[in-house]
Amino acid sequence: MAAHQDRAGRRLVILVPYLWLLVFFLVPFLIVVKISLSQIAISMPPYIPTFSLAEGWAGLVDAFRQFSFDNYLWLTEDDLYIRSYLSSLWIALVSTLIALLVGYPIAYGMARAPSHWRPTLLMLVILPFWTSFLIRVYAWIGILKPEGLLTVILQTVGLLSPDEQVRILNTNTAVYIGIVYSYLPFMVLPLYSALEKMDGSLLEAAEDLGCHPLKAFWVITFPLSIPGVVAGCFLVFIPAVGEFVIPDLLGGSQTLMIGKTLWAEFFSNRDWPVSSAVAVILLLVLIVPIVAFQRAQQRAHEREAG
Amino acid sequence: MNRGPSWFNISSIVLGFAFLYLPIVILVIFSFNESRLVTVWAGFSTKWYGELFRNQGLMDAAWVTARVAFVSASIATVLGTLAAITLVRFGRFHGRTLFSGMVYAPLVMPEVITGLSLLLLFVAINFDRGFWTVVIAHITFSMCFVAVVVQSRLVTFDTSVEEAAMDLGCPPAKTFFVITLPIILPAVISGWMLAFTLSLDDLVIASFTTGPGATTLPMKIYSQVRLGVTPEINAVCTILIALVTIGVVTASLITKHQEVERKRAEAAAVQG
Repeated sequence: MAAHQDRAGRRLVILVPYLWLLVFFLVPFLIVVKISLSQIAISMPPYIPTFSLAEGWAGLVDAFRQFSFDNYLWLTEDDLYIRSYLSSLWIALVSTLIALLVGYPIAYGMARAPSHWRPTLLMLVILPFWTSFLIRVYAWIGILKPEGLLTVILQTVGLLSPDEQVRILNTNTAVYIGIVYSYLPFMVLPLYSALEKMDGSLLEAAEDLGCHPLKAFWVITFPLSIPGVVAGCFLVFIPAVGEFVIPDLLGGSQTLMIGKTLWAEFFSNRDWPVSSAVAVILLLVLIVPIVAFQRAQQRAHEREAG
Repeated sequence: MNRGPSWFNISSIVLGFAFLYLPIVILVIFSFNESRLVTVWAGFSTKWYGELFRNQGLMDAAWVTARVAFVSASIATVLGTLAAITLVRFGRFHGRTLFSGMVYAPLVMPEVITGLSLLLLFVAINFDRGFWTVVIAHITFSMCFVAVVVQSRLVTFDTSVEEAAMDLGCPPAKTFFVITLPIILPAVISGWMLAFTLSLDDLVIASFTTGPGATTLPMKIYSQVRLGVTPEINAVCTILIALVTIGVVTASLITKHQEVERKRAEAAAVQG
């Protein structure tokens, strides 16, 4: 009786989150795939075919016959979409590399700080991550806009003449700044945990044997921090590709990013089938880095365990 | 390495933190600016905060957001904790791979896709969009974050305490509430806080899944930001930053205090 109850309890613990994710994560995604194969229609919902259980099996078969890959063909015909995908990948890649260059010295400094400072430093890195994304992006608008703070400061220092203004807002440069700024904690944290674990005596040994500190860094420190570098880069790159808020608020009309294109397709053009097709392709593009990331994490765990 | 921090390390930390914090500090400072311009300082004033509280639309949105965040974080914490227990304790079962995939995928899923797919679901089943659709959407992605946080605590958990209770005839459900839950509680609480702030912050998913009468604060801020930078928005942002900072600092102080207490208790137990 008790064992029976245990099994029932166990099943309940599994089933509740399982069903929730099935209904609200997996099924919605299948619906996206289905609608990406449908056609736009002037109705509500604005696509055909729509399934209806009343029509039974024949209706279902009929609906399947109406499926087409037209939306995907459309994505290849209009080069806006291909350019958006490529430029998203490029912007995410460049931002990831900048974030690595900015984040590495911070993580290194933190890992070498006296140990009683480290918890505070760690909290200071995590704190901005808790603050709203939108707020942090908004903060940069006031700084970067033509009549903004950066212009005022540069004019006061004399680097800009009074009639000149900085032109950063609404360019890709502003998008890079925004992504690096927003995702920097994601880069610093894994780098820090890799660098902090490192055995300092290795470096001492290298220096005692006459190795130049800079060389010691490249031969010892950097190779040992590679798991952190890999994790940090993926954690910045993957979300940056699908980013919407940053390119929308900081970028200009020439800034093409796929998240923005999907948003416009959905909210402005109201073309649900095409935006679904854009979403499916975006996910396919991201699956390669996501799987690579999970493999890398698994390898790191195994190395730690072994 | 007992040479103390080098100049390079100190300056990289200082510059790094300046980069992380200056934009936020500037935003906070200009929320107290007398002038409407957010770049020229014209004297201290709190008038934008007063303006804020008279702005009914903004206040309504703040109330909706608080309710959505509270309800969704609470349900997400329960579901996320169950998911973490399933992943850590239940070993192999039918469909485990799919389950762990579904727990981790939302963490890296672009928000535009999560939002779009949930909206299409709600349309397909003819579910009226509004408060509850936003809540459901927020539960779905934040429960996965809760699961990860709780899972990391469960992994380091000494199962012999649970086994001892069960050997002494304590039923599993009671064991969970009496033994397991108190031990993982800090992780559950930080999971709740994470879910709460994720919900508070979300613009993209809420924009897709919302309906009439359920405009959240980020949506309101977003539509005003598109029109330009104003001191009122700076004031809203400052309040939000203050709330989050107080929450996070308090939580970390509590955790630190608990750890100190635990160590003291352990030391006392060892001395007998």
